[in-house]
Amino acid sequence: MELTISFFSGFQPSDLLYLTQAAWRTLLISILSISIGTVLGGLFGWMMYEGKWAAALTLGPLLDVFRSVPLIIQLVLFYNFAPIIGLNLDPFLSGVVILSIYCASLVANVARGGMEAVGQPMRRAARSLGMTYWQDLRYVVLPIGGRAVFPSWVGVALGVMKDSALVSVLGYIELLKASQILITRTQEPLLILTIAGAFYFALSYPISRYAATLEKRWTS
Amino acid sequence: MIEIRGLEKYFGTLQVLKGIDLDIPKGEVLSIIGASGSGKSTLLYCINGLEAIQAGTVTVAGTDVHAKGTDINKLRQKMGMVFQQWNSFPHLTALENVALAPQIVKGKSKAEARDIAAKQLEHVGLGDKLHVYPSALSGGQQQRLAIARALAMEPDYMLFDEATSALDPELVGEVLDTMRLLAEEGMTMICVTHEMSFARDVSDRVAFFHQGVIEEIDTPENIFGSPKSEHLQKFLSNIR
Amino acid sequence: MFDYNFHWRPVFKSLPDLLAAGLTTLEIAALSMVLGIIFGLGLALIRMHMRGPLKWLASAWVELARNTPALFQLFFFGFGLGAVGIHMSPYVIVLVALSFNCAGYLAENFRGGFQAIPDTQIRAARSLGMTAWQSYTRIIIPQVFRIVYHPLTNQMVWAVLMSSLGMLVGFRELSGETQALASRTYRIFEYFAVTAVIYYVIVKIILLGSRMLATRLFRY
Repeated sequence: MELTISFFSGFQPSDLLYLTQAAWRTLLISILSISIGTVLGGLFGWMMYEGKWAAALTLGPLLDVFRSVPLIIQLVLFYNFAPIIGLNLDPFLSGVVILSIYCASLVANVARGGMEAVGQPMRRAARSLGMTYWQDLRYVVLPIGGRAVFPSWVGVALGVMKDSALVSVLGYIELLKASQILITRTQEPLLILTIAGAFYFALSYPISRYAATLEKRWTS
Repeated sequence: MIEIRGLEKYFGTLQVLKGIDLDIPKGEVLSIIGASGSGKSTLLYCINGLEAIQAGTVTVAGTDVHAKGTDINKLRQKMGMVFQQWNSFPHLTALENVALAPQIVKGKSKAEARDIAAKQLEHVGLGDKLHVYPSALSGGQQQRLAIARALAMEPDYMLFDEATSALDPELVGEVLDTMRLLAEEGMTMICVTHEMSFARDVSDRVAFFHQGVIEEIDTPENIFGSPKSEHLQKFLSNIR
Repeated sequence: MFDYNFHWRPVFKSLPDLLAAGLTTLEIAALSMVLGIIFGLGLALIRMHMRGPLKWLASAWVELARNTPALFQLFFFGFGLGAVGIHMSPYVIVLVALSFNCAGYLAENFRGGFQAIPDTQIRAARSLGMTAWQSYTRIIIPQVFRIVYHPLTNQMVWAVLMSSLGMLVGFRELSGETQALASRTYRIFEYFAVTAVIYYVIVKIILLGSRMLATRLFRY
């Protein structure tokens, strides 16, 4: 009697659902990291712009480190270091921590550039009208600087979304990892990668195009 | 000798030049005046082929500028052009700016080209700025640099497109002086200009452009002293 | 807090191997930059001056490279092409993937550079009798180079950082070497920590070198 065990089966419609769920998990970790990273990065950028406190002087070089070491190395290091100091984080949370810090370091530079782009004359105009420092920041610097660096920020955000694929090395099952799992089972790398690629493209391309049209509208 | 017959130029459906007939003999200094948008600059670009034409002919020293087989690069060596925004090459020093074309277009050796360049820069009064980059020069100096750059090609004709319009008032004089010098040396010049003093004092003839045609062309005395066309009279009274 | 004993000595003994692998990293990053510049320039020129299928292909390359993760592109060239019988060594896979990606990003940088040069520069050059070729090579390209120099430097840094992904396809550049050594001794944290420092130093050297080169090249 022949007993055949087939480990491999072809691509099924339920696999498409699996990939969609994985794409959602990519989106989830991205949105979370980008949100935290943007808030933190904005704060860091502001601190560096104002130049106050020793924090600003040490912050720059410190954030620089996160831009000068490969993301995959940062992920592996953190994932292996956290248990040492007693933090037991699952791959998802480790990914969020590292991606957020990475995003923050990029956004800090973008934010500082945006504030510097507003220029002294405009801020002086605001202050001479009697606005407080915070009003000036809120009504003048943020809107003007924000528009100036919006395209750069979108670039950073989309970059983080694409880099989220790296969290798969920690075992977090996002889109790319899910693709690998399916490939192992179905042995159809090209088909699955094409679908995954289409997902990534669909997540990234419309946003970058929309940002481009917004930018065009704002600069004309 | 530059001969223009029946020149017509359109930008899309907008007709900018509506039939120009003009002869410019060697050695003449011709000033072209008129309101903005009347087609003056476009005429210059049609003469050296930077703009295409839809009807008519432009002949420079016997060669049709817009004919299919014409070697336009060779022809352009005979015509120097100075633009309103000088357009100096920012990545080259003054000397390099002026020496480049003689070297790569005329095939002169690097040393020879640099000699020519130094001489022309001296000619326009920039002899002490040979190794300076354009970003360190004033607008007037950059314009004179542009004139030297055009002169280094030893052209037979010089075309000036509102060469002083983009300059601060105190810098206009130095450029006009240079243009005056060239005129005295016998260069054939076509100058689109708003500087009436230059048109009146230096030109042999003045052409008044209005809405794509040359309405009146005569000696400066007649143009400024006894203008015939109504538009010209209005134009002159507006600028007084 | 630290129950963990750090064992640094095995790492320092392997330092020569790590540094040699660092050179491999530099080599592959530099090569993909060279290829990226050549193809990127070509893509930019095609997109600016041509129509039809060629332009469409060039745009597809650029948009795919910029809107999908680098890791995805690596997997595509590695496993995707492998499925249709195109097997390349890890070195070549990484080189192709990195070059593909660099070319896409650089094409956009070049395009922006060309568009930033006013066409009055061409007019001035042509009015002096220069041919189109002369105008481009003597006047336009040097100015474009100045504009894209900073993005080029950033792309080089990026290439170095992304080469670390090679470790996921078995390529023994710095990260791959680190992974191999670490898995032998289980000192994952220590090995990757040292590697992180090496990457940081490499990036700093590149940035420093770039700045020094800039002061010599661009005196205007």
